Amino acid sequence: MPNPDGKSGVTPAAEAGATPGLLELFLACSRIGLSGFGGVLPLLRHMLVEQRRLLDGPEFNALLGLCQFLPGSNVINLAVCVGARLHGVRGAIVVTAGLLIAPFALMMGLAALYGLWGHLAIVQDMLRGIAAAGAGLLFATGLKMAQAMHERWLYLPFAVLILVAMVVLKLPLPPLMLALLAVTAGLAWWRARRALAEAGKVPRP
Amino acid sequence: MILLLLDLFVQFAILNVIAFGGITALLPELHRLVVEQRMWMDSTTFAHLFAIAQSAPGPNLLVVSLIGWKVAGIPGAIVATLAISLPMSVFIYVFYRHWERFRTAPWRAAIQVGVAPLAVGLVCASGWLIAASAGLDYRGVALVVVCTVLMFYRRWHPLWYIAAGAAAGAAGLV
Repeated sequence: MPNPDGKSGVTPAAEAGATPGLLELFLACSRIGLSGFGGVLPLLRHMLVEQRRLLDGPEFNALLGLCQFLPGSNVINLAVCVGARLHGVRGAIVVTAGLLIAPFALMMGLAALYGLWGHLAIVQDMLRGIAAAGAGLLFATGLKMAQAMHERWLYLPFAVLILVAMVVLKLPLPPLMLALLAVTAGLAWWRARRALAEAGKVPRP
Repeated sequence: MILLLLDLFVQFAILNVIAFGGITALLPELHRLVVEQRMWMDSTTFAHLFAIAQSAPGPNLLVVSLIGWKVAGIPGAIVATLAISLPMSVFIYVFYRHWERFRTAPWRAAIQVGVAPLAVGLVCASGWLIAASAGLDYRGVALVVVCTVLMFYRRWHPLWYIAAGAAAGAAGLV
């Protein structure tokens, strides 16, 4: 692990009364990492907001909003924010490492087993079944996200566009993402401005 | 080996910075990169690694650790995990205190609206690529459809679907 110190004087944030120590935080996060099947976020929220009251609900939601907005793993982004608030640099490292190290070690164990027995027919059959179920979960997640989308029928064509670009045309994502995001965010920006202008127009005369 | 690890780090660090929509939305690009472009593994292995990650606990970025493991063993796993989380972690550490100022900015709302359809498309592309990589026949495709429909309408825990998929596979049904 990287050296946690160096210049921790920069931001020891909230050093509130009930803030758990680094070791306690690490162990609590390890437990969450190891019990989070199909999603660590709800467990992390429970520990931070309900169990230990380190953050209140709106604070947690504000941080989560940031972490979902920015690229990368939402869980890791959130771990950095929360850890930094509690204990500065060291907190950010301890919370992130706590969530990652134990399940990472477990994953390496599974990888070793796969290396040993991955060629067996029964293992391949089970993994094929799991992959099929997992693909179903991905589709269902995509559909639920589409259902929750703002102005669905206007923006859905862009979902189809990026899907085709990735699956059929096999274009590299980094430039594709930036180009399409410029278009969709530009469209959203323009529509928001127009809506504002129209709302302004109504009461004026 | 050092060059391989360096390549892995640089490629995955770039993906970290453009991963709007989270790790799940990155699977198509990971597939394109490690299977088609670098040829570090075949498509079936990619689907297997995804299946292993689905059946184990932990943050979902650990599928990237498994991919790193396949490319370069434990060092590869460590490098891949760091690359897929470190750049944005550093950025967020510096930035999060100023977030309140930007939360209500119009450009932030515009980006959030703009990201949503792209994330939808990428998550569906992930499902498509995993299904296409897994080597499914018509029974496997039927399982994909059943899981999609059930998961969409029912709030059962994902682990049940994973267990059912494993059982169906072991029984030779898919």
